[in-house]
Amino acid sequence: MGAQLRIYRRRMRSVKATKKITKAMELISASRIVKAQQRVAASSPYATELTRAVSALATFSNVEHPLTAAVTDAKRAAVLIIASDRGMAGAYASNAIKEGDQLTSLLKSRGLEVDHYLVGRKALNYYRFRNRPIAASWTGFSDNPTYDNAKEIADAVIASFLQETGADELHIIFTEFVSMITQRPLAKRMLPLEVVESSKPPVDGPLPLYEFEPSAADVLDALLPRYVESRIFNALLQSAASEHAARRRAMKSATDNAEELIKSLTRRANAARQAEITQEISEIVGGADALASATSGGE
Amino acid sequence: MSIRVELVSAERRVWSGEASIVLARTTDGDLGVMANHTPTFGVLVNGVVTIRTENDGDVKAAVHGGFLSVSDNRVSILAEIAELGTEIDVNRAKEALARAQREAADDLAEARAQTRIAAAVN
Repeated sequence: MGAQLRIYRRRMRSVKATKKITKAMELISASRIVKAQQRVAASSPYATELTRAVSALATFSNVEHPLTAAVTDAKRAAVLIIASDRGMAGAYASNAIKEGDQLTSLLKSRGLEVDHYLVGRKALNYYRFRNRPIAASWTGFSDNPTYDNAKEIADAVIASFLQETGADELHIIFTEFVSMITQRPLAKRMLPLEVVESSKPPVDGPLPLYEFEPSAADVLDALLPRYVESRIFNALLQSAASEHAARRRAMKSATDNAEELIKSLTRRANAARQAEITQEISEIVGGADALASATSGGE
Repeated sequence: MSIRVELVSAERRVWSGEASIVLARTTDGDLGVMANHTPTFGVLVNGVVTIRTENDGDVKAAVHGGFLSVSDNRVSILAEIAELGTEIDVNRAKEALARAQREAADDLAEARAQTRIAAAVN
């Protein structure tokens, strides 16, 4: 076997091995998207009920709460960036980080100092590599977050929000799962809470006049942190679904590229083999000719 | 006359159906909700919520960090963690309780385990 042909064969073997890996990752992600979507759907009754309760409270009690009170002279803002732990998901993590950078510069232009809270190893490494200060970070659950994870994050950011010297605003960056094909990084203000989600009246009639046990203020105290937790949980779940979808797409195009590469390498290897055969034949024919002319010349 | 009950935890809808009465403990004391109850919103203490159905007996659930809201003959119980008594593995809950008691510091886990056992045993 000629040198050229051997090189082609070796490259084909390596591309085939890579293709097997990317194909497997594509299939794994595809099955996990469905699971992640189901988790988003499963958590929505809780979120809906909670939103309903919070808007009922906001409508019928004019209790002031630190989590809803907007600060007029805000000095500090906290930005929570939800990215992924692992790569191989195309631009998923860097899109979220980029969105975070944009928001940061926007907040800075308003004269605010910005603290960063990071979820996911990719975001953490990005900030570490650039020596940027990190307020807090969480890793290890970006593809399968639990409610406890959301609680942990919410506790930290709410604590900072309630501190006198802490953040006056909390923004969250996550990737919205629009569809299997589209995932959009989104920046949302989380705190102070804007409880009234929409100005249109709720679908199922006006909200009833509630009695509160023990009191409206106590209920609000217990309810608002849960509300923030549930919003963060929802953001984590959507980001997880988006991560899987982004990974599936990236791995699909990697598999397609590998197939393309294998095809063109096969063609070139075939051509090289044919060239070798042709060369051998012409060498044999040439050799036979030379022999024939040598013996005929000798007569 | 029955009321519609939804028991949802942060991660999923745990139970939903019709019931004749819902018994729960709020921070103010025990509360029983029957049909035509006035709209109420209460903070629940960690404990067992009993949903008495008309035909299928009692449904018990261990609820942690929960709220109860009543309006229009509809009761929704929201909880960070909610588990039906029938779903709870008593032996595992007991192990968790023993573990929590050993590590005396973990009061929360101990209370949680006790609630789960109460919901599962009754």
